[in-house]
Amino acid sequence: MMATTIQSDTVSLLSIRSVAKHFGKNIVLRDISLEIAEGEFLTILGESGSGKTTLLRILAGFEQSTSGEVWMQGERLDTQPPYRRRVNTVFQHYALFPHMTVEQNVGYGLAIAKRPAAEIESRVAEALAKVKMSAYAKSKPPKISGGQQQRIALARALVNRPRLLLLDEPLSALDANLRRQMQVELKALQREVGITFIFVTHDQEEAMVMSDRIALLRSGELEQVASPREIYNRPATSYTAQFIGHTNLLHADIRHGMATCGALRWPTSLPDGKALFSLRPECIRPATAAPAANDAMVRFQARLRDQAFHGATDLLRVESDGGLILTIRTASRDLPDRLLEFEFSAGDAIPVRATSLGSNSTSEDRA
Amino acid sequence: MEFLVSASTPMKSSRWLTAHALAVFAFLYLPIAILILYSFNGQGVGGFPPRNLTLNWYRILFNDAPIWDSVLNSLIVAAAAMVIALLFGIPAALALDRAQFPGKALFRRLVLLPLILPGIITGLSLLMLFRVAEVRLSLLTIVLGHGTALISVATTEVFAGLQKLNRAQEEASLDLGANYWQTFWRITVPNLKLSIIGAALLIFTLSMDEIAVSFFLIGRDNTLPLEIWGRLRRGITPEINAISTIIFMFSLIAIVFWYRLRTRAQVTPEIGAELVETSQTDSQLSS
Repeated sequence: MMATTIQSDTVSLLSIRSVAKHFGKNIVLRDISLEIAEGEFLTILGESGSGKTTLLRILAGFEQSTSGEVWMQGERLDTQPPYRRRVNTVFQHYALFPHMTVEQNVGYGLAIAKRPAAEIESRVAEALAKVKMSAYAKSKPPKISGGQQQRIALARALVNRPRLLLLDEPLSALDANLRRQMQVELKALQREVGITFIFVTHDQEEAMVMSDRIALLRSGELEQVASPREIYNRPATSYTAQFIGHTNLLHADIRHGMATCGALRWPTSLPDGKALFSLRPECIRPATAAPAANDAMVRFQARLRDQAFHGATDLLRVESDGGLILTIRTASRDLPDRLLEFEFSAGDAIPVRATSLGSNSTSEDRA
Repeated sequence: MEFLVSASTPMKSSRWLTAHALAVFAFLYLPIAILILYSFNGQGVGGFPPRNLTLNWYRILFNDAPIWDSVLNSLIVAAAAMVIALLFGIPAALALDRAQFPGKALFRRLVLLPLILPGIITGLSLLMLFRVAEVRLSLLTIVLGHGTALISVATTEVFAGLQKLNRAQEEASLDLGANYWQTFWRITVPNLKLSIIGAALLIFTLSMDEIAVSFFLIGRDNTLPLEIWGRLRRGITPEINAISTIIFMFSLIAIVFWYRLRTRAQVTPEIGAELVETSQTDSQLSS
């Protein structure tokens, strides 16, 4: 299990300690431990059935963990009912109250907390302005569009100034363009209000764009917790490497500091034996004319099998001498159909632990 | 041109269908129309077509104290039965929807039983119960009879409403700081309003024209259907038509009122609740 690293200059807001959840015989979460810093944007990323929604529901108080504890700034959180937690949620389908106006929806939490009417009015107006929905204050939720409902749901949660905001796939119901726009807006909003966000999604691109850190869940276990850059550049497992972006997985034999996979050979510091390496497609490129003096550059010959145009880049499938198929991403250009020379830096071949992709047995996420 | 030929077949069958629909319509509503028409007939119930149209029967009706006593009795019984049925039926629906308890499936069927059971059996068994308990038969026994028999109506109506309710709304309310009780009153009940009003109207109507159970449990005071039935044995008069017409008009108003409520509340349903799994929240809500 990866150690969860927290920058030393930040304070831990939420502490998830060995949380597990069983639904009967079905184990949805096992031994989840995670520290979340004040003001952090953390994304819980996982396929459907990975347990991400269940984890969020445990934090919100809609589910009880089978074992483990959740603490928030020195107070036990998981024994409190949902209405006593300073945690608010943006639901996947927004769950706005259809019998109330937008204004009443947003003011609901403040009205329950018995705040003075004048304060409710000004805070609701402020929250609606923040999500650019002031014009819809008197509308009823069923009359407005999905993207607008999304904003109202956000305002309804944020107006209460929670310590922690939970977002359960809030963008999944929006179309692609609106979704990208909301990603940017949501991230900007989070910086502005400074509230800690825990964002659940199955979309790795969304996770990369928005998060300070990504916690990748696989079959109810934390696979890796790291910043988007780190999780992409230094995946700890083969599952991480495959789920986040694309990769070439190389099964190598190591002897005397050299790893061998087919016709490929590169230096490594790993001990003798078998090992699995992840090599990102963009780390391989057609070799430059002059052979590199650098030892760490690995050269190999391969024949082009397939070339797909992706705009700025091309995706190549090449077959090296030993029959090994590799995927390569390069700048777009026409390549001749003959034996070509490619190269990559030995340091880009990242050793990963072998974990399988798509072996989820649980069916908890109803996406 | 052949499509014209083939088009004539559906035309023909649609004409038949129209005729059929009209026949069904006539079958359903002609008796009511005639009932209303003859309440204005100067010649009494006999003779066709009705002659000497008059409001005389209504005049007689308005001076007929026993009829109005029975109307009042019926209204009291219906209102009381409605309260009893809702008081027991709503919690039963909540339990069926939210709570997990042993024998739930059996409970669900047993609650519905009075709907299917002939009134004669309900009436007879209640009569025997009251005999054993030495309760004197009166309007109260009818109220208890109707109330218990109609709990199932309240339960089924409200249960159907609960099934359509988006549970994420209740979770959102809890999330925003409302406790279970506040959530119930502010979110659950407003969402069930239509189902509860619908159940109330249905119970009221069913109680108003109930005969079988009332027949067994009647004391000295008649309800309207029993009063009418009693008079019919002495021969039919247009006065009965007149009171029936009035009841019909009130029913019509109730139906229109209900329909208006319903269409006004007709909103695009939210995308299905994403979190249907029964959980801790559910059982706590209902307990």
